[in-house]
Amino acid sequence: MYGAILNVKFTVVVHSAPYSTQAAASAYRFTKALLEQGHDVYRLFFFGDGVHNTSKLTVVAQDDTNWQQQWDKLIELQKLDSVVCVTSAIKRGIIDEAESARHELGAVSLSSSSEISGLGQLIDATINSDRVINFG
Amino acid sequence: MSEINSSKTVSIISRQAPYGSNRAHQSLDIALAAAVFEQAVNYIFMGDGVYQLLGNQNATSIQSKTLVNALETLDLYGIESIFIDSQSLRERNLTPKDLALNASIVSRGEIAKIVRASDSVFNL
Repeated sequence: MYGAILNVKFTVVVHSAPYSTQAAASAYRFTKALLEQGHDVYRLFFFGDGVHNTSKLTVVAQDDTNWQQQWDKLIELQKLDSVVCVTSAIKRGIIDEAESARHELGAVSLSSSSEISGLGQLIDATINSDRVINFG
Repeated sequence: MSEINSSKTVSIISRQAPYGSNRAHQSLDIALAAAVFEQAVNYIFMGDGVYQLLGNQNATSIQSKTLVNALETLDLYGIESIFIDSQSLRERNLTPKDLALNASIVSRGEIAKIVRASDSVFNL
């Protein structure tokens, strides 16, 4: 804790997939840093290719960072509100129990720390956050 | 903060061409969602984003949706504050006659003012 002078409520929006560009990793590091400095995260919102950060079906080489797992741990540990855009998610194979049942897909790929919802959650976040920061 | 009114000003700066990446569609989705939830929306087209406004688009041959058709319905969603960066048009040798939409053609200075007056800005 750095004893922040002012507590600011952030929403972090992630537009990019991990591994392809630095953006999602920067979003992760930014989120971690602002929590360490005593700020609040109102919501994480994964949009477009950003939804790939919430897959639990990933395996990486031992000397590589599993970004999906890093996000999952951070969200669990800090009890963050993490929302994945439904239209972006289901066409990219990011599927929760409900979507899996509805479309008879027989598999679930979304990390249990995040939930699937609509763009309304992004607009709600812009209304209720002091700052909305976009990555990617 | 003790705002009773939950309506904020959301500005979307769309800077990518209509096809080739999904950014133009993402901009539209955010604009529509903001309008549906009764936020004040400024929709700004800059850079290659001005290509989204060209008439006579047809994306059926690339199995995509023709973006300009959706942009033409923005007023039905109550989105009337549509701005086009004049310098971006000039750089691409485009004139208002090439565009399918009626929008305000503004300077970079005016765009800066709009951004400063916004609560949230999405730059896609």
